[in-house]
Order: sequence, then C-alpha cells, then structure tokens
Amino acid sequence: MAMSPEDENPVKAFGWAARDSSGHLSPFKFSRRATGEKDVTFKVLYCGICHSDLHNVKNEWGITSYPIVPGHEIVGVVTEVGTKVTKFKVGDKVGVGCMVGSCHSCANCKEDLENYCPEMILTYGVKYYDGTTTYGGYSDIMISDEHFVIKIPNNLPLDGGAPLLCAGITVYSPLKYYGLDKVGMHLGVVGLGGLGHMAVKFAKAMGLKVTVISTSPNKKKEAMDHLGADAFLVSRNTEEMELAVGTMDGIIDTVSAVHALLPLIGLLKTNGKLVMVGAPEKPLELLAFPLLMGRKMVGGSGIGGMKETQEMIDFAAKHNIVADIEVIPMDYVNTAMERLLKADVKYRFVIDIANSLKPF
Amino acid sequence: MAKSPDQEHPRKAFGWAARDKSGLLSPFHFSRRENGDEDVTIKILFCGVCHSDLHTAKNEWGFTNYPVVPGHEMVGTVMKVGSHVKKFKVGERVGVGVIVGSCKKCESCQQDLENYCPQTIFTYNSYYTDGTKTYGGYSDMIVVDERYVLRFPDNLPSEGGAPLLCAGITVYSPMKYYGMTEPGKHLGVAGLGGLGHVAVKMGKAFGLKVTVISSSPKKEAEAIERLGADSFLVTSEPAKMKAALGTMDFIIDTVSAVHPLFPLLGLLKLNGKLVTVGLPDKPLELPIFPLVLGRKLVGGSDIGGMKETQEMLDFCAKHGITADVEVIRMDYITTAMERLAKSDVRYRFVIDVANSLPQ
Repeated sequence: MAMSPEDENPVKAFGWAARDSSGHLSPFKFSRRATGEKDVTFKVLYCGICHSDLHNVKNEWGITSYPIVPGHEIVGVVTEVGTKVTKFKVGDKVGVGCMVGSCHSCANCKEDLENYCPEMILTYGVKYYDGTTTYGGYSDIMISDEHFVIKIPNNLPLDGGAPLLCAGITVYSPLKYYGLDKVGMHLGVVGLGGLGHMAVKFAKAMGLKVTVISTSPNKKKEAMDHLGADAFLVSRNTEEMELAVGTMDGIIDTVSAVHALLPLIGLLKTNGKLVMVGAPEKPLELLAFPLLMGRKMVGGSGIGGMKETQEMIDFAAKHNIVADIEVIPMDYVNTAMERLLKADVKYRFVIDIANSLKPF
Repeated sequence: MAKSPDQEHPRKAFGWAARDKSGLLSPFHFSRRENGDEDVTIKILFCGVCHSDLHTAKNEWGFTNYPVVPGHEMVGTVMKVGSHVKKFKVGERVGVGVIVGSCKKCESCQQDLENYCPQTIFTYNSYYTDGTKTYGGYSDMIVVDERYVLRFPDNLPSEGGAPLLCAGITVYSPMKYYGMTEPGKHLGVAGLGGLGHVAVKMGKAFGLKVTVISSSPKKEAEAIERLGADSFLVTSEPAKMKAALGTMDFIIDTVSAVHPLFPLLGLLKLNGKLVTVGLPDKPLELPIFPLVLGRKLVGGSDIGGMKETQEMLDFCAKHGITADVEVIRMDYITTAMERLAKSDVRYRFVIDVANSLPQ
C-alpha cells in the first residue's frame, strides 16, 4: 500500500504543492529521506520559478503525478553531509537544478552528460532510486546526492543566482556546444523572458554582438539599456527583419509557443545555426530550400550536465552574471504563476523560501 | 530586342530543351559564347540525368525560364582553352557540374564555397555575367570559365563518373562538413536513388557502418549485396524501426518528397545529425522535442564548392567509386524522365551525348 507523502520518508518536510491540473499551489506536508552516505542536505533559502514548473503543475505535458512540489532552481546552505561526501561541508552555499539522479554507467553519464541519460531522475515529480517520489524546491529543506549538487561561489548572490540552475545552463550549454561563444560573433536571441535575458547576458560576457528578436517593441529599451543588447528587432516588422537577413552566426530561440522558423532561418549567415531551447509541443514548419541554400541548421539543446552546470556557475560568478528577478513570498506563488503565464515578469520570480515559507 | 537563342552568341550549339511545363524535351538550336581568356570549350561526351533536371523541366520549383536545356553532370574533352587558362589543355578529359559562375569576391567564394555565393550562376536556367541565359549539358558543347571546370582523374570512367558532379558532391560535402568521416560511426541513408546509392558507397569508403532507410522492401538485396550497405530498414516496419531507435550518428536524407522527420530523428543517437539534401517543394514538419531532448540537429547542404568537388572526384577515383548508371541515347530522354519520376532506374541515367546527339 502506497505510503502518504508524510510517512514515505523519515525526515519531516514542508512545502507547497499542486494537487490537480488547476495547478493551484497550497501548503503541503511531506517527508524527505534521511541523509545517506553520499547525500547533501540543505536548508532552502531561495527557489526560482521556471516556466516548466507552470507547465508541470497544470499537467500541460500530460506526465504529471499529483501532488507535485515544483522547483528546480534551488539554493541554500548545507546542514548535513553523508559520511562519503567529499565535495561539500556544513555551511557551504549550494544549489540543485533540474536533476537529482542518473545511471552513472551509460556513455552519456561517463561524458558528464547526465541530462541525456535515459535514466535521468528529475528533481521533482518522478520516482527516485528507492521508489519514493522526488519533490522540488518550493520547500524548506532539500536533499540530493552530492553528484547533483552545485557549489555556489561566495561572490554570487543566492537570489539572483538561483535561476542560473535551469535558465542559465539551458542557454549556456548550447552556446558552447554549437560554437556560438567566440568573440565578435553575432548572436540573435528570440524571446526576452527567463531564458532569453540570460542568453543576452552570457553572450555579452563571451564577447558576442547580440540582437534581441521579439514580438514586443516595448522591450527594446530594457533590452538595450539594461541588458546590454546591441540591437533589437521586432519580428513583425518586415522591413527591420529584411535588413537583418544573413547577418547572424547563430540564434538562440527561447520561444515555446508555435512560431515561424522561416524568418529566423533567413537572419542566419551561411553555415548559421538556429538553436531551439524552448519546446513547442507541436511541430514547426521547415522549408528545405533556405536550409540547404545556406548550409544552415536547426538544432536543439536541453539543460546541461553537472560538470558544465558548475562551469556555467563559475563563469557567471566571474562575470557577475545573475538573473534579473522579482523576489516574492511563498504565498504570492499563485499570483506569480498567473503573471508568468502572461510573461509579466522581468524576468524570473524567485521565492524567498527562508523568510516566507512557514509550516502550518 | 532579345535575340533568339541561336543568334545570341557566335558559336552554334545544339541540344535538347524543354519549352513548357509539360517538361517534354526536344531538339533545340542555340548558341554559345566565344571562348574567352579564362574559358575552356568542352565537347560533351556524357551527361547524367539528375532529378533536378526533371524538377526544372517541369517548373516544379516555380522558377524555370523556358526554354531550358538541362544537364549539370557532364563529362567531355577540352577543345579550346583561353589565353589565361592554366589548369587545362586541349584533349584533357574534364567535367562540369552544377555551377558555372560566382562573384569570386565574397566571403563564400574566397573560402572555396562558390556554391554558397549569393550570386552563384547555375549551369542551366541562370543568367550569366553577360546577361544571357545558361544552357546545360544535354548539348554538344559548352564554354565554361576554368574555375568551374573539374579535372577528371584518369581512372574514373566517364559514364559512371558523370553523376558524381552533382549527386556525388551533394552527399560528399555534408559528409565532410558534418563530420561523418570517422571510421566506425553509423550512417543512415534515407532514400536509395541517385544520391542515396552514392552516399552508401562513400559511407563505406569512409569506414562507416551504413544502414539504408527506405520505404521499399524490395531494394534490400540490392542495397546489401551490391552496394555494400550493412543493413536495411523499411520505414513501414514498426518493430524494426523501434529496434533501431537511437543507433545512428548521422542520417543523410536524400528524399525529395514530403516525408515525416520524426521517425528519422528517433533513429539518431544523442547529438545525432540529420542532414537533408533532398529538396521537397513543400514544407516539412519539424518536431522540436526530439531536438531538445537529444541535442539533435537538422541541417541542410547544397552541392559543394569547386575545390571540394575536385577533392571528391579524386577521392572517388582512389576508392573506385562510381555511380551505377543506365546509359541511354538522347532520344530516350522522354521515357527516361518518366521512369525517373517513378524512381525506375538503378540509379542514374547517363546520356551518351557524343554518340546520340546529331551535330
């Protein structure tokens, strides 16, 4: 007989969960496993709200098991480490992103690509090795195998750093993999939200020229004055788009709604790369001619492995890159989700867990 | 007033042209330019029949200017060279492929990627630098700037070598560019026609494991026993497709009809690359989830530059790679085109121009 979330494990935990596809979150008592020999347990200080959290609580991908405690941009301070833990000690500032487990033996795991392991375990909403459910960071404490814990450098603010654990790595990884990280290259960023604004910041830090491509003209000032973008294209403005044809080495496309690829492919130079990091549920139209005529490609990327995630955090710390955030108390989360749905946030909500998550 | 094709230029030429979108070809008198300082005049011996010739003859892509003399896989002998020509001499056996001009100044041209020059001049159905139309290899002779002429290696037969000038480079170039040359890697070839069969041969020469992916089960014996493919997958056999999921490093997709990409993407491993070299005239559906979850990509590639085309010919000569051809007379072309439309050829028709095109 399945145990209740509270009794499943020995350590009491508390968080907010969604219980059905309305996606409405409310206080939830559950439990976490005891700190195993390779585990790191930490007090959660902040947790970023990723759009995936919204997709999941509303079961938009059809894979949600309720009750679900979302949150995979989790930062905090270590309270306990297992006897075989070597990389962390009590008091360290740490983070956990989208994964908490993988098989460690497949070719992908051996190449530090745990995110592509067929047995990768997500931070929330799935079964752990021991058969218990994983719960995410909208909660008071978190536990993870040390392999999946990230060390947060001292100079990286925890609140602005939290979104790096998903949004950050999601754009950093493809910039490296697709070679869009060379000084002087021209990168387009489609969509200026959680992912998009991070892409602008990383690309600028890598020395690229960055053009933001957006449907909203009113994001221009923000993009250029505040985020440091070099140019801004309104995608519906055919004249502007025409002038930019064949000018970009690569484009990071963060838009998850269905949208036209043809104008984006047109913006690429010969050998240009369009990289999808948003995941529209329906297929997009692809015309062969423009792809062939310029030897262009459309590729995808999904988060990153643990080694690369640590590399990304260290890079961010070195270049003072943090997300632009709106810090909210836990009980604002439902309103935050409604605003997130309308893209009404600059550019990530981060829940101030330590100061606002109160047990009941 | 526009001159008629046979008066446009000083040298008489003769070929077969399509005059309307029926695509039917018939005898056509036209003319070629005088041999300029950098030009080479070539007597055409053989010309391959590429599916693009059919698409163009019937205006399937919507940009044909009739009359059109198709043919961009031609092999012949040099009759005359201009005063500045360094690479060729009279009597040499040469080839001309898909392009006969480019701007020579842009970044692409400077990187030997004339095929990606925004001002590429195609062997037929394009406009040359002098404003006149270009006519292709279904004809007795052609005049070409030496930069766009290929040297034909001695041990490469003309008939079997001609199709390499388009089909060959079309698959060779992406195999190099997308890194498909590491021995032991697994290549899928979708579609077993002119492009596909050459891709199988080249894949084997690169030391790859090659699986042919086809909609027709009856090509299996041929693919494995004659072309040397290691295995054969029929797209309509779900159990076999499932067993092959996540097994291929690359796929060259040669299919020019609209077809689903989802099953092909599923066959790729992590970081797998699907390269499309066919040109469907309608959009394909691209599912994004497989790209994101497997860091996969769909890329395009279009023929190759002149330097790489020469490299490809030399590679084929070295490895004994030729196209499998059915040599035909010029007057068989209408039937050949009908058969080509039904993929009824193993695997390229080649017109014996010298022996069947009356002068």
